[in-house]
Amino acid sequence: MLLIDGLRKAYYEPDGSRLPILDIPRFVLSAGEHAVIRGRSGCGKTTLLHAIAGLVRVDQGQIVVDGTDVTRLSEAARDRLRARRIGYVFQTFNLLGAFTALENVLLGMTFTGQKRDVDRARSLLARLGLADRLQHRPSALSVGEQQRVAVARSLVNRPGLLLADEPTANIDPAHQQQVVDLIRKSCEDEHVTLLLVTHSSEVAEQFDRVEEFEQFNQVPVTAP
Amino acid sequence: MSLWKIAWRSITQRGLSSTLTGLSMALGVALVIVVLVVYGVLNDYFLQGAQGFHLIVGAKGSKQQLVFNTIYHLDQPIENIPYAYYKEFVDGQFASATRVAVPFCLGDSYLAGGQAFRVVGTTPALFDQIEYGRHSDGTPKLYAFEPGGRNFESGHFFEAVIGSVVARESGLQVGDTFQPSHGIVEPGEEAHAHDEFTIVGILQPTGTPNDRALFVNIEGFYLLEDHAKPAPAEETNADDHDHAETQQSAAEDDRQGAHVAQQASADAHAGAPDDAPHANGHGDAKEQAHEHHDHDSAADHDHDHAVQPLPEELREVTAVLVLLVNDLFSESVFTEVNEGNVAQAVFPAREIAKFFATFLGPVRIILLALTVLIIIVAGIGILVSIYNSMSERRREIAIMRALGASRHAVMLVILLESILLALAGGLAGCFVGHGILGLISPSIVARTGVSIGFLHYDLQEALLIPALIVLAAVVGFLPALSAYRTDVADSLKPVG
Repeated sequence: MLLIDGLRKAYYEPDGSRLPILDIPRFVLSAGEHAVIRGRSGCGKTTLLHAIAGLVRVDQGQIVVDGTDVTRLSEAARDRLRARRIGYVFQTFNLLGAFTALENVLLGMTFTGQKRDVDRARSLLARLGLADRLQHRPSALSVGEQQRVAVARSLVNRPGLLLADEPTANIDPAHQQQVVDLIRKSCEDEHVTLLLVTHSSEVAEQFDRVEEFEQFNQVPVTAP
Repeated sequence: MSLWKIAWRSITQRGLSSTLTGLSMALGVALVIVVLVVYGVLNDYFLQGAQGFHLIVGAKGSKQQLVFNTIYHLDQPIENIPYAYYKEFVDGQFASATRVAVPFCLGDSYLAGGQAFRVVGTTPALFDQIEYGRHSDGTPKLYAFEPGGRNFESGHFFEAVIGSVVARESGLQVGDTFQPSHGIVEPGEEAHAHDEFTIVGILQPTGTPNDRALFVNIEGFYLLEDHAKPAPAEETNADDHDHAETQQSAAEDDRQGAHVAQQASADAHAGAPDDAPHANGHGDAKEQAHEHHDHDSAADHDHDHAVQPLPEELREVTAVLVLLVNDLFSESVFTEVNEGNVAQAVFPAREIAKFFATFLGPVRIILLALTVLIIIVAGIGILVSIYNSMSERRREIAIMRALGASRHAVMLVILLESILLALAGGLAGCFVGHGILGLISPSIVARTGVSIGFLHYDLQEALLIPALIVLAAVVGFLPALSAYRTDVADSLKPVG
């Protein structure tokens, strides 16, 4: 499902100096597999997810998602691929405050260029226990409910790959387990490959496959 | 969910800012609509008034004054022209080219409802043979009377018909009588009241200046006090008519001339009782006839046959409306009249067009420019409103990008937001503008007779929609570009 080969990405400082951030010789994630990449904050985990999602260009290497090399696609094609084949769960949920729970999920369908399936959005929310919260705006939902809406939004297009970026970072420890369970269960139900990045050992320990970011990313570790 | 809905939600989320921005747009659009419609109404009103005949013939002087005075009942009459010259259009030099010639005698008025309405002495041909415009399907608009009314008859000297506005403002009805005041009397001024005329018809609304006038039989008009011109012996030859001299002569000998005319009529009514002498002490045959008339049924004027009409040599007319046999004659008659020394001919539509081009056109342009400026300022308000919101919306845009929205899609959302805001403001402005028109409608109807209301529109209003879309697209481009350039990775960084 996901193949990363010879990936390199660097940022440039205002003074023009090059700051390498990603240098990953090879990383493979099989279809249906659930994996965690653990690393400290600021080490480049989010940049890796952005690169996989085609949100940032890489300097070198291949990122193949479901048979498509993201690095060779135009920006518009990357946008389409992201809309149709990649789900994204953000650290801060990132629901849009002007829209209801249902509309936030439908928003995930808006940019696919395909017909919206409102029933799919409703049933997904219902499965996540939000059947009676469809018309509530995020401000009227609890943190757990917001996270469930975010998960529903990321899965509504039946993506092949779900990228979860620190999904428990802003959640109290009591709810972290629920969120992880929710994401994993949802991915199992939808047969979605999951790549979750986190700095939390407690979260990482729940997965069979845990990769240490600093180990497969060849960029020298610098002080945060 | 469509991009339109996303854009609309963004507008509603910033309710206060959006409302204020939309209101400023609404104000600008409302003002544009009011200017367009009021100007359009004025234009139609004046052009409508100039319909139905080719030429106005009157005393030499200001062309526009002749037009305004004759058909719009504004301004003062220039002077009079000899009755004999009017006859040239009936059975003389211009008769072969003329289909209808309608004489106008002006100079009297009638006060009602705090307004002075002009009284016109004319012939029934004005309403029988002249149309006052054309319907959109090309059929002529013909004068019609309210139920129970009719046109005045030539032989009934003291009959009159009145315009719809006059009827409404004065409360006069068919069968009522009224006394014209001598001269153009303004409200509050002392007025010398003439003899009575009986109303036999009320014109249905025409949307022309005639709604605001009273039309009396020209024969009765001539018989009113001071309406006869000086005796022929004291006048110069009509062919060498010197208007200034005539005017002076008329002023000096007015009373004497009138007396001659009145005496002529009085002679015919030697047996009639004269129990209501005028304040000036003149014996007045018209008064005799009219007193007689008062004793009878108001609607019965058969006795007018007993009144002698004013001899033609004592008559003048203020103007003649001339409907020619066809358009081909218009230039030749126009030239011939103007080359003579007696009168001038004007094309009313041409004069009105000149008036609009010279005076009202520039005023309209200035007003429109000001109102368009207001719209542009409102457009800049939209720009500022959306642009200021961009910093807090960068995250929203980045989320949409992460969900698969292209750069063009997020750019389009911002442009649509700008367009929706402008259109919503514009729509509100349409309602406000037409609401203003509805509010001022009674005043306009009362002053002009032109029916204007909430639903009155100008076709140019339709241009507002594409104009607003273009403006919104222009002002929305800068924030849209900002959305286009949003750095997704940077904007998705957790806050705090």
